[in-house]
Amino acid sequence: MLAAFEYLLGRYPEVFVIGQGLWSPWYVGNSMTNLDKKFGAHRIIDTPVSESACTGAAVGAALAGMKPIVVHPRMDFMLYAMDAIVNQAAKWSHMVGGQAAPGVTIRAIINRGGEQGAQHSQALHAWFAHVPGLRVVMPTTVADARDLLIASVSCQDPVLFIDDRWLYSFEDDLPPVKELALSQLGPQRLLTGDDVSIIGSGYSTRLALEAAEILKASGVSVDVIDLRILNPLDCTKVIESATKTGRLLVVDGGWGPCGIAGEVIAQVAESVPAGAMKKSPVRLTLPFAPAPTAQILEQAYYPTVDSVIDRVKKLMD
Amino acid sequence: MAVAAELRKTDRVFGAHRSHSHVLSMGASLHRLFAEVLAKETGLSRGMGGSMHLWDQPNGFYGSVPIVSGTVPLAVGAALAAKLQGSGDVGVAYLGDGAVEEGVVHESLNLARMLKAPVLFVVENNLFASHMHVSLRQPFEATARFAAANDIPYEVVDGNDVVSLRNAAAKLIDGARTGEGPGFLEAVTYRWYGHVDWREDIDVGVHRSADELLAWRKRDPVARLYQGLVSAGWFDERQLADMERAVNGEVENAWARAMLDAKPGLGAVTSHVFKKSLV
Repeated sequence: MLAAFEYLLGRYPEVFVIGQGLWSPWYVGNSMTNLDKKFGAHRIIDTPVSESACTGAAVGAALAGMKPIVVHPRMDFMLYAMDAIVNQAAKWSHMVGGQAAPGVTIRAIINRGGEQGAQHSQALHAWFAHVPGLRVVMPTTVADARDLLIASVSCQDPVLFIDDRWLYSFEDDLPPVKELALSQLGPQRLLTGDDVSIIGSGYSTRLALEAAEILKASGVSVDVIDLRILNPLDCTKVIESATKTGRLLVVDGGWGPCGIAGEVIAQVAESVPAGAMKKSPVRLTLPFAPAPTAQILEQAYYPTVDSVIDRVKKLMD
Repeated sequence: MAVAAELRKTDRVFGAHRSHSHVLSMGASLHRLFAEVLAKETGLSRGMGGSMHLWDQPNGFYGSVPIVSGTVPLAVGAALAAKLQGSGDVGVAYLGDGAVEEGVVHESLNLARMLKAPVLFVVENNLFASHMHVSLRQPFEATARFAAANDIPYEVVDGNDVVSLRNAAAKLIDGARTGEGPGFLEAVTYRWYGHVDWREDIDVGVHRSADELLAWRKRDPVARLYQGLVSAGWFDERQLADMERAVNGEVENAWARAMLDAKPGLGAVTSHVFKKSLV
């Protein structure tokens, strides 16, 4: 992600970053280290504690020809900015007949665990996937963390880019940056298999990949699809996969009701050929309760590799 | 008009719920405004916005929305963009006395001050938010106290006096253009009609009376300007009457034309969701 920021700020003078904690090393991990020193505090703007005004300001700056990136180090605090995101940015193009659109990127970080409790832990991607006019991006792989951020900022539409701190420890060697058109991107198959389809996004996809590795040893071949772009959600690949395997598990780090897992299963149910499914689809989501604080409760609360394997085994029975 | 007289087409003006006059003041086509109010495809927003979502960015009018205070931070951001672009342009946020009761206005004032964003906040304090008189909503009637609290230069003027309004706007806009940061202009005025229609609304308005309405009608800003121009000897009655007749004709023609225009095609239901819509 740091590479993406350096690429964008170095190449495009209209890119600037605004949000809380940008001059401090501990807010956003290593993903923005020293950007203010390299590109200047006028382009890396650390702000008052004003999520709503800062996000609205970025929307306005985008309408005036800039390419702002707003940073919300905890998604929970971004809820103060719902008007700017949902009422203004998402609807602008539609309301003005496509004559203008705020090409703003809003980076929201999911930050869970560590006994931080109910208000520092939320994964609310499904809320924003419900809103027409927003693009919602959730990278899983190291390459996507860089390349989808660049694609989000290059896009003319408002984009909510959601990254998960639990993915920050993964490493990869990356080829040089290739600029991609966000509107052309969608879910991506990360593993090919024939017995069961596991669908995830963000950290949930990592769980799927690790579970698939273990299941391989017991002879279960898993198709893993990473959703990547939750809005607009194109389930074509997922439907093909479910049709092929006849067994579908959707893993999501959000809540079940009205969530992404339910949406994926609904789209599959609407389009899969009658009789293609060998088992009823299954979703693995959070218990329908706010995040707990005590570590022992956190361990029970979040999906794990073991809980993914358990669901797959039931599907294979 | 008084504020717009000090603006240029490259400035960034944002309106609010009641912005027909704001968009016209920047030079918008009257026909296209009427067409938009009628949701016709020839409208300022191609018939997708209606009365409450007006757009004429080529003339410097970036947009208006009915969410109270929704555009206030947008104007700050467009002003910040002007500062980063070094263009010398300013942002303008039109808002009402009700909007200053929204939290984001206070965030925006503070943010604009701290970033030295060249933005002018114009509060049209017409004493009413929907049906509620300001005295039932705030401990003081003057909203400029929030400018003072945020160390922003401000002017409070008679909003029905076009000339003093323009002079105050000129001073604050000049400050914004020359790097002094934001300004705050409070224009004290009155809403003649109801919250949503053409009736005078005296029966549903709280703290609103026929006597008060009559007193404010006597302070009609257009009539006062008219009188001022005549008594200064710049125009005579006949010239102004001719001008009024010509304007009335223009209004009638624009409305008649807009009435005949077409509604948007059915494809517009989904074709503008994204900039290059794929939905």
